[in-house]
Formats: sequence, structure tokens, C-alpha cells
Amino acid sequence: MFYRESGEYKTDYKRDMTLYALPISRFSVGLMVLLFFVAAPLLLGEYQLTLLSLVAIAVVGALGLNILVGYAGQLSIGHAAFMSVGAYTAANLVTKLDMPFLLTLPAGGLMAAAIGLVVGIPSLRIKGIYLAIATLAAQFIIEWIINHSPSISGGVQASIEIDRPTILGWKLDQAVELYMFLVTIAAIAIVCTQNLIRSRIGRAFIAIRDQDIAAEIIGISVFKYKLYAFGISSFYAGVTGVLYTYYLGIASYEQFTLVVSIDYLAMIIIGGLGSILGSVLGAFFITLLPIGIRLFMENVGSLFLEPEALASIISQMRLIVFGSLIIIFLIMEPEGLNRLWINIRNYFRVWPFSY
Amino acid sequence: MLDVSNGGGESDAILSVRSVAKSFGGVQAVKEVSLDVERGSIFSIIGPNGAGKTSLVNMISGFYKADQGSITFDGTELIGKRPSQIAEQGIARTFQNIALFHGLTVLDNLMLGRHVRMKSGILSSILYWGAAQKEEVEHRKRAEEIIDFLRITDLRRMTTGELAYGLQKRVELGRALALDPTLLLLDEPMAGMNQEEKEDMVRYVLDVNAEFGTTIVLIEHDMGVVMDISDHIVVLDQGEKIADGTPDVVKADPAVIRAYLGASHLQD
Ligand SMILES: Nc1ncnc2c1ncn2[C@@H]1O[C@H](COP(=O)(O)OP(=O)(O)OP(=O)(O)O)[C@@H](O)[C@H]1O
Ligand SMILES: [Mg+2]
Repeated sequence: MFYRESGEYKTDYKRDMTLYALPISRFSVGLMVLLFFVAAPLLLGEYQLTLLSLVAIAVVGALGLNILVGYAGQLSIGHAAFMSVGAYTAANLVTKLDMPFLLTLPAGGLMAAAIGLVVGIPSLRIKGIYLAIATLAAQFIIEWIINHSPSISGGVQASIEIDRPTILGWKLDQAVELYMFLVTIAAIAIVCTQNLIRSRIGRAFIAIRDQDIAAEIIGISVFKYKLYAFGISSFYAGVTGVLYTYYLGIASYEQFTLVVSIDYLAMIIIGGLGSILGSVLGAFFITLLPIGIRLFMENVGSLFLEPEALASIISQMRLIVFGSLIIIFLIMEPEGLNRLWINIRNYFRVWPFSY
Repeated sequence: MLDVSNGGGESDAILSVRSVAKSFGGVQAVKEVSLDVERGSIFSIIGPNGAGKTSLVNMISGFYKADQGSITFDGTELIGKRPSQIAEQGIARTFQNIALFHGLTVLDNLMLGRHVRMKSGILSSILYWGAAQKEEVEHRKRAEEIIDFLRITDLRRMTTGELAYGLQKRVELGRALALDPTLLLLDEPMAGMNQEEKEDMVRYVLDVNAEFGTTIVLIEHDMGVVMDISDHIVVLDQGEKIADGTPDVVKADPAVIRAYLGASHLQD
């Protein structure tokens, strides 16, 4: 958020090391809380809240992928597969064991983490694009296994329907209730990630990303930490999958295909690799982009296109805009929306002086 | 300057290298080298380019696995251990080509240097509560002490990529010191520095040795510096040890003079 450090002096390290050390950052955090926890539920309609709920879920998934790719530097294009593991774990626990939401949520995360650890094993030997291919293989293998095991996928449709979540007897069946819950989870995920990144484990991730040999030499067991990154990232993905499942009322592998993995990569690339704010911005951007495109095309495109042609173009537009944006960001602003934001912030930080 | 003498009877070797060898394909980088580094001393390894100095240090820090021989540190065999396990023993190093974590600040680079001294696991890190927070604060104190020691206080919030070369070398020393090492391996810490930076670095090396009692293994091409500050010198040439002794002994050794003249590497 907007920082002005001047006039703030820290007297001890503990204070200096708190998450929101400056009054201005505490202020902006307060503002965000007010915006998303008070203003949004009061002012927004059901449709908008449903959209924001989707964004909140995507925030969790994007944070998870950014831990692995942005912070630990291990490229993965199998993120959605771990979501499906979480989704089907929860759906099965609900339908077979009648487990409550508060248990299925971590259970889905843990199961995905376990699978993530296994998928992370090749990272001992292979790096970069080769590792990415290995995760791509995992994406297809996991998809295939779920699809071909009726005991997991629940039969021919390979989908399991479940009821809206209930927390300690309180059923979240209103859009606003679900929204409040999901935005809380997203907030928790953000704080947890911030803590992780600023502490010993997160620093080790960044060290591995920047200089894996030096990291090993200063005492970081690189392989162990790569596995940690896979495990933690997959845990977030698993939780994301569980949340999608409750949100949609159904666990379906079609929600977790390769395209979704790419969507999430797009979120963190456009948002900003190795940035928490970037993960959030990216989740907003990519989740709301299709809706933006549709609104735009319906209002502007309808001026010169037939309705049928319009419908087919809208679905294509998404891919085109998407692909172009990824390329533009990779070339022009590799650090994503987060960097744009920092540039704006730095401008105002010293405003009205230009340097 | 220093009075850690090396002449007396029984030696107290903290590091013993015995008949260690390493080859890469056809190139024999290190041939059957043995040496003893006395506890608390400044021990220099010199030799012309390609003599095998870095390879030897790489074997000590576990980055290369020796083809044969043994390397014991305080009685523990190091060969076969992973680099991270060797770091845990209290051995830190710097690199001939700077290997800092450029995405991080000076402070975080130093905190990473303390990685093996810290314990927090995933869960406590994520919660950042109680023990994890206490640990961060405690270790931050030590990192700040080193920052003061190296006089880089105003750089602590800068990412290391932004720093000038000489300062990067200093921060890298800081990261190694952050481990609180008992043995510090320095691979050409003064290379590419101007005279003033060199003098500073020499000062730090001497202070580390004197104040913290850290044993130092130094690779350095500047003969003036090496002869001045070393307690003991080993000379390598084409992978072989050709001399081993105090600066005065090594300086007068005909084999050394020959090797250096042959490589036209003699510096006043
Ligand atoms: N990883 C490697 N792969 C192949 N050859 C290597 C490798 N590391 C070192 N060598 C070779 O081993 C020999 C010794 O190299 P080393 O880097 O140890 O020399 P050095 O004494 O440190 O030289 P300098 O003063 O130039 O740093 C050289 O011939 C070098 O080419
Ligand atoms: Mg070398």
C-alpha cells in the first residue's frame, strides 16, 4: 500500500519485524478489511458477491502457485490437478463419511500436499522446463486416474454432488454468507503466506530460486526445501479445490483441467511472480477478465456484430486476450501488476518531489 | 601482527586433508594433496591459475566429491556429506564468483547465512507466533551485529543486486560470518578490488580471525597480502602441492619461484 517511512523510527527489532510495521500500511490493511468485510456485503448484490467469492477462491490457489513458482522458482503446470485431488477428497469424505466442512477442508489440502510431495520428487534431478513437463505429466496422470477410478470419481459422470457447507451447524446457503466465509479464508491465506515468506522457510525458498548451489553450501538442504515448496503449494491448491467444490456444489474433473493450470500461471505472471499482492491482483484480474470481455463485447461488439457471431467470438476473445496479455507482461513488465503498483507507489511516496 | 605460531611440537589441526584427488574427464585438477590447517590460524592456498585451489576448497565444502582420500574436520569425515550437512558442522565459505541471493536484501542474505542455526519449521513459520517470532528477533540481533562489524549499516535494506562489486564481496563475507563458522573458506575475497577495498577486506579477515577465533583458509593471488597475514601457506601447481610452510619458508622455496616464474605470475 502507500508507504511513507519518514518520521517512523523503530526502537527494537521485534517491532521492526511486525507484518504491518508502518502506520500507513496498518491503515491500508484496515481499509481493505473495511472494504471487503463490511462495505462489499452491505452494498453489493448477489451476483457481484458470487463473483468476488470466485476471486477469493482464486486468491488462495494463486498464492499457492506463487509460493512454488514465484518464490521457490520451481515451474509447475499441474496446479489444477492438485486442486482436483482436494476436490475429490472432500467430496468423497462428505458423501461417504458425512464429514463436516471444517474437516474436509484441511483433509483435501493434506491429501493434495501428499500427492504434491510425490510429484515434487523429480525436482531433485530436473529443473526449469523439464520439471514443468514432469508436472504437466502429473496433471494428465492425476486427471486420468480420477476419471478412470469410479471409487474416486463417483461413477460415469466422474462428478460428485455435495451440499452447501455447514460450519458448526450454520449452513452457508446465502451468497453473502458464502462470500464472507471465502473472503475470510482468503485473508487467512494471505497472512499465512506473508508469514511464511518473511521467515526462515520462505527465505530458503527464495535462496533456492536465486542460487541453488550457494543455498546448499550455506546449509539449506535444497531437495528438502523443494519438496516443502511442492507440499505447501499443493496444500493451498487442495484447499482451493475443496472451496470450488463447495462453491459449485459439485466435484468435477472438468473444473481442473490443464486450462485451469494455465489460468493460474497467468494469474501469477500477470499479477507478479514472487509477490503476494501480485497473487491477489492476478486472481482478480484473471477471474474477472472473461466477464469484462463479455460486458465489453455485448455493449460495444453488438453495434456491428450479429448476436450469434457475437456469442462465438466472446468465447474466443477470452483466449486471445489472455494469450496476448501473458506475452505482453512477460516482455514489458515481467514483474507483473505488482511492479506497476510499486512504480505508482514510489511515485507518490516522494510526491510532490520527483526524486 | 598475529602471534599464532606454527612452529611448536604437537599441532592442533582442525582440518586435515589426506591424499585427496579430483579429476574432470582427462583433467587432473587436484592430485593427492595432503595438508593440515591449525586451529585458529590463517592458512593460505596459493598457486597459478588453474592450479586446483578452488577445486580443493570445493571438495572441503562438499560441492565436489573427492575421487579419493579423506578430509576430516574436528575428527569428522567430510567426504560423502552433502554441502548443507558440512555447513551444519560450522564451515562457511565465499565464492570466487559472487553467489549472493540477489532477490533479497543484505539483511535477508545474512539471515539466510544463519539458516542452519535456526529451527522454525513450516507450521510455526506460517503462524509466526511465539517461538518462531522469538527466533527471528534473536537471530536478527546477530545479523545486525555482523552488519555493524562490516560497516554496511546503511545498506541493510538494499537488495544485493544493487550493490557495487566490492560491497557485494563484503556482504558475501557477512553471509558466511552469519553462520558463526569455526572454519571460514575464502576464495579470492579481494580479487577485482581496488587498493582501499583490499585493505578493508584484509582488516576484516584479520579481525574475524582475532575477535571470533575463526580459522581461515584463504585463496588469494595478491602475494603481498598473503605473505603479510598468513600463518601458513600451501602452494599448488597443476594440481600438485609443491610447497608447504610459513611465509618465509615458502617465499624462499625454489619450486615456488619456478612455478610462479613459469606461469609469469610473480607479483612483487
Ligand atoms: N567443474 C569442473 N569441470 C571441469 N573442469 C573443472 C571443473 N572445475 C575445475 N576444473 C578444472 O580443474 C582445474 C583447476 O581449476 P580450479 O578452478 O580449481 O583452479 P584455481 O586454482 O582455482 O584457478 P584460479 O586461480 O583461476 O581460480 C582447471 O584446469 C579447471 O579447468
Ligand atoms: Mg579458483
